[in-house]
Amino acid sequence: MAHSAPETPAKVTMQSAETRRSHDSIWRGLLPLALGMVLALALQFVLPAIVGQYNSRIVMDIGIAMIMAVSLNIVNGMTGQFSIGHAGFMTLGGYTAAMLTYYGSLYMWGAPPAHGHFLGAGEWMMAGACIVGGLVAAGAGYVVGLPSLRLRGDYLAIVTLGFGEILRVVLQQTSKVIEDPAALKAAKWSQLFPPPVGGAIGFADVPKYTNLFWVYTFVTITVVVAYRLKNSSLGRAMISIREDEIASQAMGVNIARNKVLAFVLAAFFAGTAGGLFAHESGVIISPKDAGFQRSFDYVIMTVLGGRGSITGVMLAASILTALPEMLRDFEQYRLIMYALLLIIMMLVRPQGLFGIHEIWQLWPGKGTRTVQKKA
Amino acid sequence: MSLLSVNDLWVSYGAIQALRGISLRVEPGEIVTLIGGNGAGKSTTLRTISGLLQPRSGEIQFQGQAIQGRAPHHIVTSGLIQVPEGRGIFANLTVDENLQLGAFTRSDRVAIRKDRERALELFPRVRERLKQLAGTLSGGEQQMLAIARALLARPKLLMLDEPSLGLAPQIVQTIFQVIREINREGTTILLVEQNASMALQVAHRAYVIEVGEMIMDGPAAELAASDEVRKAYLGAH
Ligand SMILES: Nc1ncnc2c1ncn2[C@@H]1O[C@H](COP(=O)(O)OP(=O)(O)OP(=O)(O)O)[C@@H](O)[C@H]1O
Ligand SMILES: [Mg+2]
Repeated sequence: MAHSAPETPAKVTMQSAETRRSHDSIWRGLLPLALGMVLALALQFVLPAIVGQYNSRIVMDIGIAMIMAVSLNIVNGMTGQFSIGHAGFMTLGGYTAAMLTYYGSLYMWGAPPAHGHFLGAGEWMMAGACIVGGLVAAGAGYVVGLPSLRLRGDYLAIVTLGFGEILRVVLQQTSKVIEDPAALKAAKWSQLFPPPVGGAIGFADVPKYTNLFWVYTFVTITVVVAYRLKNSSLGRAMISIREDEIASQAMGVNIARNKVLAFVLAAFFAGTAGGLFAHESGVIISPKDAGFQRSFDYVIMTVLGGRGSITGVMLAASILTALPEMLRDFEQYRLIMYALLLIIMMLVRPQGLFGIHEIWQLWPGKGTRTVQKKA
Repeated sequence: MSLLSVNDLWVSYGAIQALRGISLRVEPGEIVTLIGGNGAGKSTTLRTISGLLQPRSGEIQFQGQAIQGRAPHHIVTSGLIQVPEGRGIFANLTVDENLQLGAFTRSDRVAIRKDRERALELFPRVRERLKQLAGTLSGGEQQMLAIARALLARPKLLMLDEPSLGLAPQIVQTIFQVIREINREGTTILLVEQNASMALQVAHRAYVIEVGEMIMDGPAAELAASDEVRKAYLGAH
């Protein structure tokens, strides 16, 4: 027993180091979150005064695109799968959230238009609805992710594409929106099938709660989660799947679980982005939002930004959202421009703007490319 | 009890019958080598043991437990680790991150740090390059990293698939020395090689495989001296 005594202090220090580490990691998660929300508040109150309503609106769209691109990058960039149905998850989440706020408002307040002020009851209802939308999208992500275990490359891409297109067609078959509170109260549960969300013309009159604060709060959550994931053991496991599936398995990575998990996570954030989108003023979420065109926009953002680079795809999302607005007169050439941009990128910088790196890793001496010299 | 025993293993890729009733066993503490020409079925054998391929029939026991049909990550957790052919380096991750992935299934931080220290002692060249992207390493350094990474999984049985592939003789020497060293410290090794002369020098026992069938086995020294092996695999006339 005598010789066990010296070991005790060592154990104690070790334990407190562990505790400290877990405290550190909580702070590392909360601090950026708090900073992001402060930034979101600042954007909300300062930006419109400086750049005007129109440009603020573009910044809001950029935020939604960032959530989409950063989350898609978990699937396409980190695990190296190829999904081109991301807008499907977005639209599913959007419709779900819109149904909750629209019918919630109609039921509780007798009318769907925006209720309450900044951070009022209506906005909180929307935030909650976005999260529910995310969860529903995540469920769909699980189902769509399952084939990724058997299919790869082109075949998986076709499944994800099919998901978006099927959703588009299904949404076109939905029934008319119920507009009268009395009719809603008299409605039977069976009227939920098909859901009353407006059919082919889209879901109009969804209350417009989305503002810069909420968009950038959700951007912050998405980016913090994506960043923490990328630098965690789980994230490294996902990246190892992209790099070499066999070797990844040989390291004990459960590649099936990780591939599906990537789909579920990405779909969740896409669902929340859809919720924000559906509540944006001037937007009527409609079946075509689930289609290929929108999905393709987000794929381009991830390709342009670099696979696995969070800051890279954020930048690409900003550029590709702002550019078409600035070149509004050339709207009909948008797809041609995208194609040209992609061809040029493939020729000049096939790894994307930042490749696999984050923006701060591009400065010489700080990057992962640094080679330690022998002393 | 054998650490690993494989019994009458049949494996096919679609219509191609790659293994036709392979049997082998590895005792604790041994270095066993599996030699044979191109396409003989060596990699197929290792992949099947690791759970990357499902056998048609046959039995694989590790530490007395049947493991055929189990998922690769379960098999890794039980201490059966493979360094795949062609090294399987994660090129766009740093050397350090590659090493961390080696310990992916473990959570005992203190022991991992110790194993990592030991692996880097065995391969000083890997230590010098921790922050470098693994894809920028030379072939020899990549092989060293692949072995170091596997050591971080704390293998009870380490299976190496052609560690000498495409490497200069000097580097091959270094790597085989380390293999001996690892074995001396208590890790059992199953070594697949085309470089039969090197493999027979380090191994205790050997198996010779030809088009999916085991044609010979015995103490490495005996096989190295036999006419058949000398003619077919050691380039003697
Ligand atoms: N994925 C595959 N699909 C179809 N056939 C395969 C596949 N992998 C291997 N084979 C075939 O199985 C047989 C055994 O291959 P294996 O890779 O096990 O040989 P090997 O002994 O490792 O050869 P080498 O020394 O060249 O690596 C060969 O005929 C090969 O063509
Ligand atoms: Mg082979």
